[in-house]
Amino acid sequence: MTKTVIATTEHVSTAIAIGGVTVRVHASDPVFLQMLEQRYEGFTGDWESSDYEFIIDLVTPGATVSADEGLRVRRDGGLWKLERGDFSAEWDPVSRSGHIRQSANPYSIDSVLRIVHTLILATNGGGFLLHAASAVRNGRAFFFAGVSGAGKTTISRLAPPDVRLLTDEISYVRKEAGGYYAYGTPFAGELAKAGENVKAPLAAVYLLAQGADNRIDDIPRAEAARALLRNVLFFAEDSELVHRVFHATCELVEHVPVRRLTFVPDARVWEFIQ
Amino acid sequence: MSDMRYVARSTKVAARMVGDEMMIMSGRDSTLFALNGTAAILWEAADGVTPLEDIVTRRICATFDVEPAAAFRDAEELVEQLAGHGLLLLSDGPMVAGAEPDSSC
Repeated sequence: MTKTVIATTEHVSTAIAIGGVTVRVHASDPVFLQMLEQRYEGFTGDWESSDYEFIIDLVTPGATVSADEGLRVRRDGGLWKLERGDFSAEWDPVSRSGHIRQSANPYSIDSVLRIVHTLILATNGGGFLLHAASAVRNGRAFFFAGVSGAGKTTISRLAPPDVRLLTDEISYVRKEAGGYYAYGTPFAGELAKAGENVKAPLAAVYLLAQGADNRIDDIPRAEAARALLRNVLFFAEDSELVHRVFHATCELVEHVPVRRLTFVPDARVWEFIQ
Repeated sequence: MSDMRYVARSTKVAARMVGDEMMIMSGRDSTLFALNGTAAILWEAADGVTPLEDIVTRRICATFDVEPAAAFRDAEELVEQLAGHGLLLLSDGPMVAGAEPDSSC
């Protein structure tokens, strides 16, 4: 944790690095920052430099932060405005800084971070967040995509010891020189455990289905694109960025094998993932 | 006065050929549409200046063994549907680039 003085109020800060992007968050409450450091263990540090800065203004628990209960992410002039009943945030992508207003809970900041990352990835192009578990085996990353109940947490729990779990819920992919890379995220599902903060080249995406036996089937590219688009996380009311995410998803399908993985929920399924 | 109809792709959609389907994402509500091979030919030819009848004759009837009148009826039905979703623009005259009204206002 680092101490700084912002507008005469002493703040403490910590940096949260996900997907190679470092977001520094400042808050006046050191207990809240400690909670974040525990929640994002493995993804936080006192690095000097950061890509983005947010000041968190903490409000009384239970206070209505935004009149809008549902999530809204929109551009207002040069600013991004993020609003949900439990938080509101403003973010200037040019100065790379913003404010978050929320109570001292870890869920609001978690949502804000996910949204900020979806915007950064869409703006920079080539990457996105996906409803998928992911893991690294033999130096190669695999995504296991599906809606709730498809088996993301189940296949994560079944992983043998040589597998490094990147997440059981929200996967992170970026296009870089040399191809697509999967990154670990702290965004956990039912496993309630952050992924490992490592990256690896993305070898395949599996669309999860549970069945009577274990098998992998090829699927047409168009079907693969439709399935992935259903699982991409993107929240902003911004047609230009929506179109970029659409193209990024279709492009990934052209370069990374996407297959259907039907599995029986026991450890033998991992014999197919090499 | 001409009774020709002209069709143009909306500039407010994202479209891409994926495998053998033309995938189109609406800029209006992010709905995803998929066009089969015949519809994709029509979509790609919808430049705003070529009459629909010419597109059907030169691009569809020349590629598929189909009777022109029937192909034209099917094409008209398709472009009406796509226009209803905001993916295509229909006009009685040729359309110039950038003529699309801004529905976001």
